[in-house]
Amino acid sequence: MAQIQTSAAFPSPRERRPAKAAVIVRNGLLRILLILQALAVAYPLLWNVMASFKTNEEVMESPWTLPKSLQWDNYVRAFTTAKIGDYMLNSVLVVVLSMIMLILMAVPTAYVLGRMRFRGQKLISNLYMAGLFIGGVYIIVPLFILMNDLHMLDNRFWLSAVYATGTLSFSIYLLTGFMKSIPSDFEEAAMIDGCGYFSTLFRIIMPMVRPGIITMVVFSFFDFWNEYVLAMTLVTSDAKKTIPIGLSNLMQIQQFATDWGSLFAGLVIVLVPTVVIYTLLQKKLTEGLMLGGVKG
Amino acid sequence: MAVCLVPGLAMFMLFKLYPTIQVFYKSFYLWTGIGDKPKFIGFKNFVDMFRDDAFLLSLRNTGFLMVIVPVFTLLIALVNASILTRTKLKERGLYRTLFFFPSILSFVVIAILWSFIYHPTLGFLNSGLELTGLGQYAMPWLGDSRTVLWALAVTMIWQAAGYYMVIYMAGIDGISPDLYEAASIDGATPMKQFIHITIPMLWEIIRITIIFSINGVLSISFVIVTIMTAGGPDRHSEVVMTYLYQQAFTNSNFGYAMAIGVFVFAFSVLLSLISNKLTERGSY
Repeated sequence: MAQIQTSAAFPSPRERRPAKAAVIVRNGLLRILLILQALAVAYPLLWNVMASFKTNEEVMESPWTLPKSLQWDNYVRAFTTAKIGDYMLNSVLVVVLSMIMLILMAVPTAYVLGRMRFRGQKLISNLYMAGLFIGGVYIIVPLFILMNDLHMLDNRFWLSAVYATGTLSFSIYLLTGFMKSIPSDFEEAAMIDGCGYFSTLFRIIMPMVRPGIITMVVFSFFDFWNEYVLAMTLVTSDAKKTIPIGLSNLMQIQQFATDWGSLFAGLVIVLVPTVVIYTLLQKKLTEGLMLGGVKG
Repeated sequence: MAVCLVPGLAMFMLFKLYPTIQVFYKSFYLWTGIGDKPKFIGFKNFVDMFRDDAFLLSLRNTGFLMVIVPVFTLLIALVNASILTRTKLKERGLYRTLFFFPSILSFVVIAILWSFIYHPTLGFLNSGLELTGLGQYAMPWLGDSRTVLWALAVTMIWQAAGYYMVIYMAGIDGISPDLYEAASIDGATPMKQFIHITIPMLWEIIRITIIFSINGVLSISFVIVTIMTAGGPDRHSEVVMTYLYQQAFTNSNFGYAMAIGVFVFAFSVLLSLISNKLTERGSY
């Protein structure tokens, strides 16, 4: 074990290596450091799951004990009294709508910007690039007034449209890179075979940039699912609110009603889709981060 | 071709470009409420800002977070990335997965969770202190003006460190192993290798992440503050974004709120430029 550890830490057999004992001690110390940090990341989440199965009295008693019996009732109340299910449906609807709009806007735009030459191309590219720096809260006041004037407030379709536009800059930036890397022979061949622009785009280009599209979808999913400020401002009626807003309302209410159990159950319900998607797509996500964040 | 571009451009202009232009334009107007007619007042909104103690306090709090959070976040990320890539521990994949996880969590979930961590009676921070015999340090972390900003900063660092760690890990994987090998043959300790190889080789990535991180603080601080403290106690954790929001949607001072938006935007661009200048190669 110690032998493996040493050679793994220092891959070259030729090099002058420090004494074996020193390496074991060092790796041990590093491990302790990492384990402490892992606890700091994991324990709050673990505690949340435990608390979601506790009674109010147990929650107040100690944060370190396991629940005496599983209070599934907390989850029932999260759905019935706290209406987590309704908020969740709204969120799903908004995420799906936003994603469809985003794909319909970003893929063709990136295709044109990445693979064609025309006047004004630079201008349009720069416009989208500038959009990377204009975030949510800066423009929320005029956005609110604009949507009020156009009667777009309190409408899940238009909220989705705002979401899709919000991640458009980043998505175009990401996809254009992928588009540029495809050799132009493919298109030429398709054109010669009589494919029009659109069938070339859908039948040749889209499958080739699929990794880029997946990365875009994964990143946007978390953005859409978690968004708070816009949803809070642009949607007013309770029946149309998305889950982050529902949760923060629940938190306000529970301060006084003290039904901690159903609040924690609500948090767990929101965490589940995130955890599932994360475990399924973890690799894609961290790879995408490198594409968008570093090499781009 | 036009068919490809038009939907995106139309939406972009409506929901991004037009509001952005409006922010700059209407920041010169007195505009109080939807029904009110905007009145041009020149730079008065900007002058008022500097006589507004509540705004100045929120600016100071934001400035504090914009320095503290990036420094600690990026330092922790860099050290962890370097440990995980250089020592080749077998379980490194596990740590990477776990440490990255907070950065995809909803800010709302994080804010609610951490309000309970800091909770004076339910929270496990205080309870943990009592358990380890440090009970005299237990305090209402979010209710005390001396600790509230630090408490919020810890939450933000917890959220972001794993994200930057993954970026740095990719960067370190791109550094030629020969460099490290040569250094260890010459007897350089891992610490020396970290300072003389890892950091210089990652420098361009570090510069970008500093700017990302400074701007990230602006957006996450809004949610964290709104949910965890609502600016309290007594505005000691108010940040510019929550103040802007309050001016717009509680007090209906649309013009003033937009002027704050313009100022904060200019402020963050300025900070990014300063950071860029300070971290230029050759200046250290």
